[in-house]
Amino acid sequence: MSEPVNQSRRRAAIATAAVPGAMLGAAAVAPFVTSMTPSERAKAAGAPVEVDISNLKPGEKLNVEWRGKVVWVMKRTPEQVASLSQIPASQLADPLSKGSLQPAYVDPKTRSISPELVVMEGVCTHLGCSPVSRLTPGELGNDWLGGFYCPCHGSKFDVAGRVYTGSPAPTNLPVPDHKIDGTKLVIGITPDGKEA
Amino acid sequence: MASKQPSMFTNPVMRWVDERFPVTGLMKEHLTEYYAPKNFNFWYYFGSLAMLVLVLQIVTGIFLTMNYKPDANYAFGSVEYIMRDVDYGWLIRYMHSTGASMFFVVVYLHMCRGLMYGSYRKPRELIWIFGCLIYLCLMAEAFFGYLLPWGQMSFWGAQVIVNLFAAVPFIGPDLAVWIRGDYAVGDATLNRFFAFHVIALPLVLLGLVAAHIIALHEVGSNNPDGVEIKQGPKGNRWSKDAPADGIPFHPYYTVKDIVGVVVFLMIFSAIVFFAPEMGGYFLEYNNFVPADPLKTPDHIAPVWYFTPFYSILRAVPPMFGSQFPGVIAMGLSTLIFFALPWLDRSTVKSIRYRGTQWKTWFTIFIVCFLVLGYLGVKPTTVWGQFGDWASFLDTKDRATWVARFCTVLYFAFFFLMPWYSAADKTKPVPSRVTYGDDVKAVPAAGE
Repeated sequence: MSEPVNQSRRRAAIATAAVPGAMLGAAAVAPFVTSMTPSERAKAAGAPVEVDISNLKPGEKLNVEWRGKVVWVMKRTPEQVASLSQIPASQLADPLSKGSLQPAYVDPKTRSISPELVVMEGVCTHLGCSPVSRLTPGELGNDWLGGFYCPCHGSKFDVAGRVYTGSPAPTNLPVPDHKIDGTKLVIGITPDGKEA
Repeated sequence: MASKQPSMFTNPVMRWVDERFPVTGLMKEHLTEYYAPKNFNFWYYFGSLAMLVLVLQIVTGIFLTMNYKPDANYAFGSVEYIMRDVDYGWLIRYMHSTGASMFFVVVYLHMCRGLMYGSYRKPRELIWIFGCLIYLCLMAEAFFGYLLPWGQMSFWGAQVIVNLFAAVPFIGPDLAVWIRGDYAVGDATLNRFFAFHVIALPLVLLGLVAAHIIALHEVGSNNPDGVEIKQGPKGNRWSKDAPADGIPFHPYYTVKDIVGVVVFLMIFSAIVFFAPEMGGYFLEYNNFVPADPLKTPDHIAPVWYFTPFYSILRAVPPMFGSQFPGVIAMGLSTLIFFALPWLDRSTVKSIRYRGTQWKTWFTIFIVCFLVLGYLGVKPTTVWGQFGDWASFLDTKDRATWVARFCTVLYFAFFFLMPWYSAADKTKPVPSRVTYGDDVKAVPAAGE
């Protein structure tokens, strides 16, 4: 009836029940956490995108959607290409895109395969807004050579998507893998055909 | 505690219930025998008003979900449907959208009251911590809810905030994908934000509000003098053991709060009926345009209640090629409130008996909070740029420099508090509560 309680035995029994119980409880969280990752359908929607660039004239920019992000395809004018070398390197946070996302096969200075046609994600590296075109020189102050301006937090980029110092954006606009085939541009694939 | 007490009812049904559920005990503990200091002033309306707005938000929210569709293809249209085709849908939605902003108005004033009268000090640290959690929960609730109309501001606001998490070193990008459930803000994001907004966070919020009030009723309310009435003389006209400076919450403060409720509802109705958009501050104009993932609006700013923190985010320049420091600063600016009970080392609680140093810092803090809030709704170029002489600066925008200055002062208010609050020359605190202008002891109630 009133046997003395064996405290250590009671503790051991509680521990043997509680520890696996807690582990099972923690394991039960996993399916819920995993259910929040992108579904198979969302993953499948990330395939490469083909763009017809035969009608793109100098100075024009196309907005293409790829993996839910806006990708700019822009044919720069010779003046715009020339403006890239007029900006002193000291005004750019990462003039040669060493710390920015860009494939090795693009020219580090123009950030493109051919000087005119540039392909970059129109997604500010600060917090993901899409910068707006401010392509007219002088539009954002006397020394402005034309480029892009992020309406969210005021980051400024040149026509190669290189970020000016003093902007909240830490790196240049990313250049995605892309391949040019005559008048056909494929985004999301390298020139030698590997999928990004 | 709500232990067995003689039933306050004569009605046999209520007596039957009382024997099985502590109606009498709960009512006495929280209303008729909860003795609150008798010197509450204007600032003490906002706690009960926050409860009122919470109820309004829950009720209007329930009715909105009856017609709203959490689907990227239908969400924007279903909100327009509520506004145009559902009988009184416009009223319910405007009450909900106005309620969101008014919730923050009321909560900011409630927090300001806590700061002024030292309501976070011992023994009310836990009330304050529950309150801070409520505030965080409310911000999350507002953020998730703002995505639901699926307008341009909804979309880009969510894009920016989710990307804050992408700035976390190493795990950031994966974390952001996990939050969105897709590589970009999309249908999956909208659907889960709906779940958080209508069920997960409201449950948490209700639990926290209950904890906030239980903790408050355990230690008792503070008052504008910061005097502990429980440590003062005992005995008032209702009870010989109750604090002499306390009056029963019901009917005295319930009636007082009803006056506040009436005035509040007058203001609330005026907004709902005459200015539901509040000039673009309560409902932003860009949110009347459906979400377009390919085009950011020319000027985006969060809703006004987030702008002080948003300004701090924007003011901190990137360091080491990462925007994470700005994210840290913004996070810290909201979390720092938790530390307040331990940062304040003054011998007095209320601003009435504080010295010049604390009052100066408090004023600086309020001014900085307002300036940061103002700058957050404006582009960084709002106050122009410095001239060419300033080319050594990383940005010539004047507003950014003002925001940086205010950010430093905002944090200085907290981080320097252990020193200036202790060094401050305080005034003697009376032993009994006062009515502010009259520092002579007030006769005990009933005398």
